Amino acid sequence: MDIDFITQILFAAIKTGTPLLLIALGEVVCEKSGVLNLGQEGMMLMGAVVGFLAAYSTGSAGLGIFGAIFMGATMSLIFAFLVLHLNTNQVATGLALTIFGTGLSAFIGSGVVGETIQGFQPIIIPLLSDIPVIGKIFFTHDLLVYISILLAIAIAYVTNKTRIGLILKAVGENPNAANAIGINVLKVRYLAVLFGGAMAGLSGAYMSLVYTPMWIENMTSGRGWIALALVVFASWRVGNIVLGAYLFGLASIMHLVLQGMGWSISSNLLSMLPYVATVIVMVIIGADHFKEKLLAPRSLGKPFNPRQMA
Amino acid sequence: MNHLNNSSNHAQQGRQSQNPQRLSLINITKEYPGCIANDKITMSLAAGEIHALLGENGAGKSTLVKSIYGVVAPDQGDIFWDGRKVIIKSPSVARDLGIGMVFQHFSLFETLTVSENIELCLSKKQLTSIPDLSDKIRQLSRQYGLDIDPDRHVHSLSIGERQRVEIMRCLVQSVKLLILDEPTSVLTPQEVTNLFTVLRQLAAEGCSILFISHKLHEVTELCHHATILRGGKVIATCEPKNETSASIAKMMVGELAEQTAGYAKKQGTDTVFSVNNLSLSPLQPFGTTLKQINFQLQAGEILGIAGVAGNGQDELMSVLSGEDNRSKAETICLENQNIGRFSAGKRRKMGLAYVPEERLGRGAVPEMSLTENTLLTHSEGFVQQGLVQWKKLKDYTSQLITQYSVKCHGERSEAQSLSGGNLQKFIMGREIGQAPKVLICAHPTWGVDVGAALSIHQALLTLRDQGAAILLVSEDIDELFLLADRMAAVCDGYLSPVVQTDNTNINEIGQWMAGTFIDEEQSTMIDTSSTSPTPSQHSKKETQA
Repeated sequence: MDIDFITQILFAAIKTGTPLLLIALGEVVCEKSGVLNLGQEGMMLMGAVVGFLAAYSTGSAGLGIFGAIFMGATMSLIFAFLVLHLNTNQVATGLALTIFGTGLSAFIGSGVVGETIQGFQPIIIPLLSDIPVIGKIFFTHDLLVYISILLAIAIAYVTNKTRIGLILKAVGENPNAANAIGINVLKVRYLAVLFGGAMAGLSGAYMSLVYTPMWIENMTSGRGWIALALVVFASWRVGNIVLGAYLFGLASIMHLVLQGMGWSISSNLLSMLPYVATVIVMVIIGADHFKEKLLAPRSLGKPFNPRQMA
Repeated sequence: MNHLNNSSNHAQQGRQSQNPQRLSLINITKEYPGCIANDKITMSLAAGEIHALLGENGAGKSTLVKSIYGVVAPDQGDIFWDGRKVIIKSPSVARDLGIGMVFQHFSLFETLTVSENIELCLSKKQLTSIPDLSDKIRQLSRQYGLDIDPDRHVHSLSIGERQRVEIMRCLVQSVKLLILDEPTSVLTPQEVTNLFTVLRQLAAEGCSILFISHKLHEVTELCHHATILRGGKVIATCEPKNETSASIAKMMVGELAEQTAGYAKKQGTDTVFSVNNLSLSPLQPFGTTLKQINFQLQAGEILGIAGVAGNGQDELMSVLSGEDNRSKAETICLENQNIGRFSAGKRRKMGLAYVPEERLGRGAVPEMSLTENTLLTHSEGFVQQGLVQWKKLKDYTSQLITQYSVKCHGERSEAQSLSGGNLQKFIMGREIGQAPKVLICAHPTWGVDVGAALSIHQALLTLRDQGAAILLVSEDIDELFLLADRMAAVCDGYLSPVVQTDNTNINEIGQWMAGTFIDEEQSTMIDTSSTSPTPSQHSKKETQA
């Protein structure tokens, strides 16, 4: 194995990990507010198909991105209304959203299956990209990769250093207490869910506009689910999510790597790797109940109804 | 001493209406389906006045203060603040007016630090006016003698410290009215004294205080005025220092509460239940570790365990009941059988009955009827060849309802439709009705009115006289003194020595609740240079005491 080969693997790991990073960043904000949205996969698919359609019909990849973000947010708005206003069960509603999004995206995308568009071009950052090895791995990507890293830094800053982050954490830990000190719990949760939806849409757009610039039915192939596991894996910390996303990215390209090295292992078996990794990580974390409880937002998945307070 | 005089001056001024009215409530009415929680309540508070709000459970105190704090919107009536009519739509409106509240169940965020918790309560404007919040907290804690470290995480604080954080939260906002909902129910007697000093100092500085409590001696000691509620109405107002606890109690319950001079104490016979060297780490992240707990429970006695909430009672109860069966088999003994590993169901079959603290969800299934809830712990006798004998079961449930005067719509009522006190009566009746060998019971009369509490006491004493061993765990120290034959206290997961109730007093138990026995215990351990105190060491202590 020469150094070029490793560089290429790591470059590809970041590229593959980026959609996971985007969607997991949205989900972690959502979960920090105490809402568990299992509709990630559905929102992501809807973002992917609407982003592709918008880019295909207008010829503008930028418009495609906006379309996808808008679609993801719209999907999450449906979820937020059901869960926050009508107090439906978060798990069931999230699953329904995924099933709904999967079906609807296949339906509205059926006309453009196999069509291709011009995706984003890589932006080679001058000077930085000249650094040996590291330059190639980190600074020769497309725009969305850079945006995802900036977003991760911004979210880490907001959640850890600002009053907004404090309010988000408070709502997720104890909504009744937050309400009692005058925080509008539903508003915070709405915004968090909407942010999660927008990020899922953006992640979908990355799939259909950048990663493979085309639309195929069910093209996210379970990334929404992996992102949910990733958030737990990262114990709700943004820094861990960045690392985890690239690690999972690496795991999902391992079958290509091993084939390149001449190992003849069925690609079907190898493409299971990220899922196996997810299960293992969840088992390891789940084994330590103590830690899991301390790290997880305490009200996660539990409805809050201000009218029942009295 | 100085501020004591000050505060009584304020009281006089308040009486003579020289002090401006801070808060006036006119005809506040709030109706819930099926009951009127507040019925045309009119009352007022002057600046610098400590005003008690008294009443039995369900008298409407909580609803009234929630209306003042903007958590509940009253159906009718007006609120005047500093002579101006106001509508308090939400807690943030209340806080902007200068109203602060310390809830009975603290509204703190355990994973945040003290200063983060306080910061969350401040508006942006207030925040910018405070250059350094941590410094401000330190300064206020010196000024009022409220010892708090702003950088500690709330989950590492004791209950008393958490209450100080809540009070500090109000002080930072320089409130003009502080509402305290049963603040002393979670404190040791010594902590209560400290709290009262702080409250008097605040009142002397012109802050009004609305003090909700069940404990009448506290009210007569601290408060200038009192308003007494019964059934949602103002029944009486008084000046507590001119009254006695008994006269106020009479106003609260309507009839002279039968003053029990204490029941006859009994000596137990053989040990039926024992806990030997029980040490266990908690299941919950913020739970208490149990540390070398030893005690024997004898047939025909009531053993009372006092303690401030959160000192290991919950953990101990779940280990004894079998909900948590991780401890070694020999640590818990029932009639010479090691049952530490037995499940809750198996222990029940052996004659161990259990009344948990949390009645809805642990003591009873909320969505199930009372009949079905009876069946849950009474399977024997009502099931033949796998079939439930509904007729017999229903009759028995109805009998329980009458015997313990449980207010409900018959045996088909869902458990969750009952008020806390009534459900407690039902659960106590159900467990006592099994004629258990050992009854383990948390807060037997929590939230139960005076009359029903008497009948529960009688039932417990009868059960004892029939030879059952009873373990009571309660925060109500007075009740324990009334019922228990022997007593102990828990603090931080340690159990104090067990003593005869007649040979101790409220002061000693109060100090044990604060943990004074722990140092002694550890020094005995060093003296005898043994690895752990054995049961014999404990009984030695018992005879010494």
